[in-house]
Amino acid sequence: MNTQYYIKNYCKIKEARVTLNDNLVFEDDTNELKSFFKNVYKHLELKYAKFFKMDNLSKLSFLAAEYILQNVENSTDRNIAIVLSNRASSLDTDRKHQNSIQDKENYYPSPAIFVYTLPNIAIGEISIKHQLKSENAFFVFDTFNAEFLCNYARVLLDKNKAESVLCGWVDVDNDNYEGFMYLVSRKGELKHTIKELTNIYQN
Amino acid sequence: MEGLKLELKEKIIEQLNLEDISIDEIGDNDPLFGDGLGLDSIDALELIVMLDKDYGIKLSDPKEGKKIFESIEVMATYIAKHRK
Repeated sequence: MNTQYYIKNYCKIKEARVTLNDNLVFEDDTNELKSFFKNVYKHLELKYAKFFKMDNLSKLSFLAAEYILQNVENSTDRNIAIVLSNRASSLDTDRKHQNSIQDKENYYPSPAIFVYTLPNIAIGEISIKHQLKSENAFFVFDTFNAEFLCNYARVLLDKNKAESVLCGWVDVDNDNYEGFMYLVSRKGELKHTIKELTNIYQN
Repeated sequence: MEGLKLELKEKIIEQLNLEDISIDEIGDNDPLFGDGLGLDSIDALELIVMLDKDYGIKLSDPKEGKKIFESIEVMATYIAKHRK
């Protein structure tokens, strides 16, 4: 018999809005990505200068994780695995890196950009902030894959590889962005099922 | 030299994304790494690229950066002497 797990909190960041468990927690009137992420950061009242050095995918992931993990007691002491996914991988930053090396006469690759040319760096940024040394993986799909994420999180919990799993879809491509992150826990009220995940993602 | 120091402060803030720091907050002799501005190893690499791109100075040994990037004062002195 399968153990029942639960979706403890879920956060959505898209269209200049942030919702936590479907409640609006922040709304902005800017369409400019950099400004929007900065305003969300200010809303969270964080003091974390490294945030401004991150690429947009890491910023989006970091912010969504922050809304969820700030409501989890002692997140630094817990074994929280991270499983993220998206469509564009790190393409948004890959393009910036490509532009910096396109011209052989003006060849100045930026180390600060290059380090973000992998999507799983976003997981690293969350792990550093919350001091997590846990299982993690980043997958690339065409669209949000509730079935895969649900099964992957379940296996991690079944095998006691983690106490809870921070899962999500974090996609950035030019000015388009979408963040959906949730925490799968052993306790809670909202059942962790493919159907429920699909519902809260689509609503 | 004062103009160069101001220019360096502007470039460091912009290129290293030091959003919460203003030019006035960076003293000429403040350490850039460690307890000073808190720059890290990636920032050091970024500064090496900046020396090359903006001032035509190539550091053959990245370890040289440790001395050159000690402070704005030291950086400006080095650039004034070696720029092309």
